[in-house]
Amino acid sequence: MTDAPPVLEMHAITKRFPGTLACDRIDLDVRPGEVLALLGENGAGKSTLMNILYGLLAPDAGEIRIDGEPATIRDPADAIRRGIGMVHQHFMLVPVLTVAENVILGQETVLGPGVLDLHEAERRIRTLAEQLGFEIDPRTRVDQLSVGQQQRVEILKALYRGARILVLDEPTAVLTPQETQEIFGVLRRLQAEGTSIIFISHKLDEVLAIADRITVIRRGRVVGTRTPAETNEEELAELMVGREVSLVVDRGASHPGEPVLRITGLHVSDDRGNEMVRGIDLEVRAGEILGIAGVAGNGQDELVEALVGLRRPTAGTVELSGRDVTGKSPREMRLRDVAFVPADRQRFGLVLSYPIRDNLVLTDYFEPPFARGPLRNEKAVDERARELVAEFDIRTPSVMTHASALSGGNQQKVVVARECSGDTSLLVLDQPTRGVDVGSVEFIHKQVIAKRDASTAVLLVSAELDEVLELSDRIAVIFRGRLVATFDADEAEREKIGLLMARGEAAAREMSEGVAVGRPS
Amino acid sequence: MDLSQIPALIVELVRYLFEILFLTPSTLQIILSLTAPLALGALCGVLCERSGVVNIGIEGIMLTSAFFGYLTGFLLHDSIGNEAALILGVVVAVAVGAILGVVHGWLTISIRADQIIAGVFLNVAAIGVTSYLNRIIITPTGRGGAGILQPINLVPESVTTVPVIGPILAMFLNANPIAMIVIVLVVALQILLYRTRWGLRTRAVGEHPKAADTVGIDVLGLRYLNVIAGCAIAGLAGAYIVIASNGSFQNGMSNGRGFIALAAVIFGRWTPLGAFGGALLFGAASGLQTVVAVDRPEGPLGSLLVSIPTQFYAAFPYILTIIILAGVVGRSIAPAADGIPYEKEARA
Amino acid sequence: MSGPTERPGLRDELRAQAGGADELAGVDPVADSETRDTTAAAPARTGPNIGERLGRAWRASAVPILSIVLALAIGAVIILLSPLATGKPIQWDLPVKAYLALLEGAFGTPAQWADETKRFNAISNTLIQSAPLMFGGLAVGLAFKAGLFNIGVAGQFLVGAFAAAMAGATFGSLDTNVAVPLSLAIGGLAGAAYGFIPGFLKARTGAHEVVVTIMLNSIAVVLLTWIVNDLVRAEGFSFPRTADINNAHLPILFGRNLHAGVLLAFAAVFVVRWLLDRTTLGFEIRTVGANPNAARYAGIRPVFIITLTMTLAGLLGGLAGSIQMLGVIGYYAPGITANVGFDSITVALLGRSSPLGIMFAALLFGVLRAGQALMQIRTNNQVPIEVIDVIQALIILFLAADIIVRRVFRLRAAKGALEGEVRTVTASWGEQVAR
Repeated sequence: MTDAPPVLEMHAITKRFPGTLACDRIDLDVRPGEVLALLGENGAGKSTLMNILYGLLAPDAGEIRIDGEPATIRDPADAIRRGIGMVHQHFMLVPVLTVAENVILGQETVLGPGVLDLHEAERRIRTLAEQLGFEIDPRTRVDQLSVGQQQRVEILKALYRGARILVLDEPTAVLTPQETQEIFGVLRRLQAEGTSIIFISHKLDEVLAIADRITVIRRGRVVGTRTPAETNEEELAELMVGREVSLVVDRGASHPGEPVLRITGLHVSDDRGNEMVRGIDLEVRAGEILGIAGVAGNGQDELVEALVGLRRPTAGTVELSGRDVTGKSPREMRLRDVAFVPADRQRFGLVLSYPIRDNLVLTDYFEPPFARGPLRNEKAVDERARELVAEFDIRTPSVMTHASALSGGNQQKVVVARECSGDTSLLVLDQPTRGVDVGSVEFIHKQVIAKRDASTAVLLVSAELDEVLELSDRIAVIFRGRLVATFDADEAEREKIGLLMARGEAAAREMSEGVAVGRPS
Repeated sequence: MDLSQIPALIVELVRYLFEILFLTPSTLQIILSLTAPLALGALCGVLCERSGVVNIGIEGIMLTSAFFGYLTGFLLHDSIGNEAALILGVVVAVAVGAILGVVHGWLTISIRADQIIAGVFLNVAAIGVTSYLNRIIITPTGRGGAGILQPINLVPESVTTVPVIGPILAMFLNANPIAMIVIVLVVALQILLYRTRWGLRTRAVGEHPKAADTVGIDVLGLRYLNVIAGCAIAGLAGAYIVIASNGSFQNGMSNGRGFIALAAVIFGRWTPLGAFGGALLFGAASGLQTVVAVDRPEGPLGSLLVSIPTQFYAAFPYILTIIILAGVVGRSIAPAADGIPYEKEARA
Repeated sequence: MSGPTERPGLRDELRAQAGGADELAGVDPVADSETRDTTAAAPARTGPNIGERLGRAWRASAVPILSIVLALAIGAVIILLSPLATGKPIQWDLPVKAYLALLEGAFGTPAQWADETKRFNAISNTLIQSAPLMFGGLAVGLAFKAGLFNIGVAGQFLVGAFAAAMAGATFGSLDTNVAVPLSLAIGGLAGAAYGFIPGFLKARTGAHEVVVTIMLNSIAVVLLTWIVNDLVRAEGFSFPRTADINNAHLPILFGRNLHAGVLLAFAAVFVVRWLLDRTTLGFEIRTVGANPNAARYAGIRPVFIITLTMTLAGLLGGLAGSIQMLGVIGYYAPGITANVGFDSITVALLGRSSPLGIMFAALLFGVLRAGQALMQIRTNNQVPIEVIDVIQALIILFLAADIIVRRVFRLRAAKGALEGEVRTVTASWGEQVAR
């Protein structure tokens, strides 16, 4: 593995988008049977680079060599033919089709003229899976599988087509640490068989655990390549971000007051009827930030939607300052000074085709001074909008600019501006800095802390553990619809929380029994 | 008639419906002949929507194909004889359907226009073009009307008297051979959709086109193919309509059947067999008045049914469509990418 | 740049994955300072000058206007070639003759203009034709704003016309000042009820309004025929129809036949405009159309708004029928057709769903419909009125595929094309609306 000639070389790859240089003369090489990690922040250029490799994008300059031969990759079919397989961050699986149908799609096994031979396909898939150390029933519909299983189907898809170079884009973003270990096992077996793996991630610990070499990309450039032996998390973080990262932000002490939000025995189901929140009790006091850490998909969205009136709980109560508000509508919650920064700002938070000024009063448009009875008062709306744009430093040419023209960070600032201005008794934030540029992240965090200092009760839900650690006064961990632990910020240890996020009650029990908690094998 | 009779009447009604559908060849024939164009239109809907393209222009395609099929017969039957004109007319109708499929495909797949408006365009254009051409070509001759595309008899008397099979064969091959094609198409498409490479790729393209794209499937090309094929089938429906009205053409003769076909698609959960079932339902509804006249049930049910005004019978299929849609839509899920043009820049 | 071809749309997807130009722009110091400067310069709004106003107006109306121009041009070609269809030779002056007759039919022949008493007859007629189209276009456009496609104007028109006719017959003996508003109101309410049905069904069951309204159109024709034939047929006439409306006839404002309904139509334009732009209800309607999820979060109930909007649309459609009934026809008989149905859709699309746009589009269509009869007469039936239907189809085509007009006339691509108004219409096909 170590000194064999590279199976893949990318040389001086450059890619421009309007207004952006996504890849700036990137050099990369991968040896046979090696796991190369591509490390970088969101937007650093890793995915763009891999999309070029997979034929989804064309580079503006640079060369690709496979097994030493120059290669022009025209489209994914071409990439597949050359032995490159890709597992995307957002799965490319058709939910209503079975595993077998998904795996053979585009390369179907046929009996005679176009008739599918599913039998043969199923046989091959079972064999492949066995080789990789797991079991799967090829006849199951993909939407019946867990996320981890779906990912394995994606890998099967790539291998079925003879991939020798497997690219995985943020594969562990949606996995529990348990599933992550399982996938690592699969990858190691692949490696043993000579497959090369490119592992894209921004998670430092994982990268150190699985990779043979780590290439760090920042702002479209390669800033360094290390082996795990010669580096550590701090150095990698610095390379990734480009400045010394202080992992502790001074948020000051909190001075919590009376409980504002009290949830008892809450049960909430999703649109399909699956119970996602399975009995949660929690309390948030005025002037404190309660952070809920958890891997996406453990019930956070449903919990949060139930709190702001977008979803009706199936059981349990929600109390605001002592009054029962269970199941009340979004407007009623709004009138009780509940504010919400949703995870999907383009869905719930903004009307993209509206000017910013209308977005800034989206929840207040009917109240004076923005309206007198049935009539709107546009001057008041404009004035308010201008105030908020200045106060929250929203970068926009005018208040009449459509929200769609703003960057993600500025769009989020519009939502934050709307929700954080005025009196707020309870502020609920769900993934508030997802897809937001670094500068805006800092700004939003400062706003949240300011709200807390103004005696608002803040409930923060985030999959970014660092964000939770940075901002929260108290931390809870959500796992499969329940809170498995709650503790004060100063008791919080990163590794413990990670384990709780991964293994839920099991880990919690072990901790309370004082058993030494180790990583599952 | 007092209220206590109602439960008995309902039982009678169900029994009667069963009888006309399954036991009486003559009424079955009436119902099937009304079902055929609906089924063909529904198959067009299934093909288009399974690939991810909404097509509400089926009505317009039927009408336009009907007209051009009729026109072909009208212009040529003197020179090449009735049978040849009939066949050529059918061919032209199918071809016109395919051409309109190219138009709709171009609008929805390449231009990525709003798919419902594209369908509206087809409908408005159909009415405009057919009535315009009708007016300037056919009306002046004073010869428009029945008899141009007459149905032809292919099955001899001796066969048609054989029970069960005889009437079915007679119905399909005598009155309107196209009806036989309907059954064949339904079964064929059902098999093709679920057991062939084309079917798998079509379903993938309609549910998750990006996934199909990343494994190298030509999403746009496949969509075009299916839309054109589907619209050709709708063209066949147009030919059928003309033949079934004794070879005549009237402005607007498609009469909403293209839209009822859409309801059949939804009712049938976007499968060929299901859509046929839906078409059968609506076909029965359309033919109820004729059936009642032909095979009148006994007793109070009979007198009740014949006293219902003819307009109620005429309105019944439309009302049924609404009821079905209201009751079924929530539970019947369209292909996930239905109506969403592929590769459209995400509207930020 | 060399190498493999790109996939344009996916590229934007991937760009978003890569964090997007926007993300990186946020990190890029150069872009940062640029936007910062712009914000600093963002002033209190100085009013736009005439040049800017005209520029904006042109950009907004370029595609519709040019669509009409192109459609008429192609219409001329069709007219030119039409004799070939019956084996006759081309007459090069036929299109000119046809369009000239069209204009004269709409605005008046020189002979009419010379005669003082007949001078404004044609224009009156044009306005009378436009009035129901204005109501109809508003009925479609208002629904578009909520993300709904109201194809049911034909049915709403008929139901409204019938109800107004019945009301007129019933209350026609009262004083005009009572009979007219009463009959109009009843006609409008009937239309509103007919709009309520698809609205409610869509909101509660997800049944797509496109199919439901089309079904309702057919049901209206058929059932109203039965009602007039068998239930309310007026005595003393040789064909089935409702009774005379007497005093419920809309007062004539000018000349022989320019009735008050025309004024009402113009008023409706401004009322709808006011509703959409200045009221909270209008804001709610537009928000539901633009983003139903965000609307829910904003406290708006999509079920309520959708039902209400279709009801209002039905009201407008019913009024279209009512003014036509009370101002022109005077009685309901089976066989009254409603071309208004598809015409209203074209008008709404031409007017880009904006009330003012719809007003102009309705006037334009009024010209076409008013002049079409003379066009057919003057050309000895060689150019039948159906040509206008063909031109209408072409207009819809050019509006839906605005790229055609843009290429032909070399316009710059702009955002907010036609799809903007009807974005959520196709998106809601086969789905349940967020409750």
